[in-house]
Amino acid sequence: MTILLPYERKLVEATQAGLPLDPQPYARVAEQTGLTEAGVIAGLGRLMERGIIRRIAAAPNHYALGMTANGMTVWDVNDDRISDLGQRIGALAFVSHCYRRPRALPLWPYNLFAMVHGANRDEVESKRREIAALLGDDCRGSDILYSKRILKKTGLRLSASGG
Amino acid sequence: MRTRMRTQPTITIDDLDRRIINRLQDGIQLVERPFKAVANELGCDENQLIARIERLCAAGVLTRFGPFFDAEAMGGAFCLCAMAVPADRFGAVADIVNAHPEVAHNYERDHALNMWFVLATETLADIDRTAKTIESETGLDVLQFPKLEEFFIGFKVAA
Repeated sequence: MTILLPYERKLVEATQAGLPLDPQPYARVAEQTGLTEAGVIAGLGRLMERGIIRRIAAAPNHYALGMTANGMTVWDVNDDRISDLGQRIGALAFVSHCYRRPRALPLWPYNLFAMVHGANRDEVESKRREIAALLGDDCRGSDILYSKRILKKTGLRLSASGG
Repeated sequence: MRTRMRTQPTITIDDLDRRIINRLQDGIQLVERPFKAVANELGCDENQLIARIERLCAAGVLTRFGPFFDAEAMGGAFCLCAMAVPADRFGAVADIVNAHPEVAHNYERDHALNMWFVLATETLADIDRTAKTIESETGLDVLQFPKLEEFFIGFKVAA
């Protein structure tokens, strides 16, 4: 975590728990960080340009909104076509994460991972079939791994001391 | 360590709440009055919008409202890892794995590779070092599945 400037680090620390729910949220962040409101807006803008902040938005609780089922679908996709096909899978509204990862043969022949969400397992399975249809002959095999239990879950937290 | 599994909300969600949840997943602008701009789009009042967001957060319908950080872009290293853990050792191995602060989250999944966790470290070398330590502590292989390519995500939860 070395590439943040000191004022950028302050901005991350001041907003990682959430943005103040106030008509002028960036003015409130300015008060906490000792920057000006314009400085906060410009600083957050630079963090967005660098891809460190993806967007400033609401994180919905899937479970509270009825999306209680999810499965990690994995696919053995033709290497020549995976970049193009991966983009199309990632753009689907029910896919929350989509990555190309290395195979681990012979145990693990899959190189495309797509996390699929739905109201129940039937819906997840039907979305899995949608992906299979999209991949067509470029896919040699697939599987779906449902989570049985969360064993550990921690969020991103920068410590105030730095490092 | 915190779990984020929440129970069903006890509040009722009306049409405006649904439009707020759907709209706010797309993000707000970096302007002095960002909520005013969104309220104008949705045809409600700025203070009403802010009160609704507070209520949805308090009820756990929204888990948070704020910047989405890409921790990798901040200079950290991340790697998805998997292990095939014998059933009779599962709990003991989970304890060994979870004891490492580098393990950000860990899921049991229904597959021969039944334990899937994410390592989050300062450097790439620390990923390999932590994986090797877990291998020597458990006597089991740790397979590493680093991201080779990330595809654009169009995901939204429809409220």
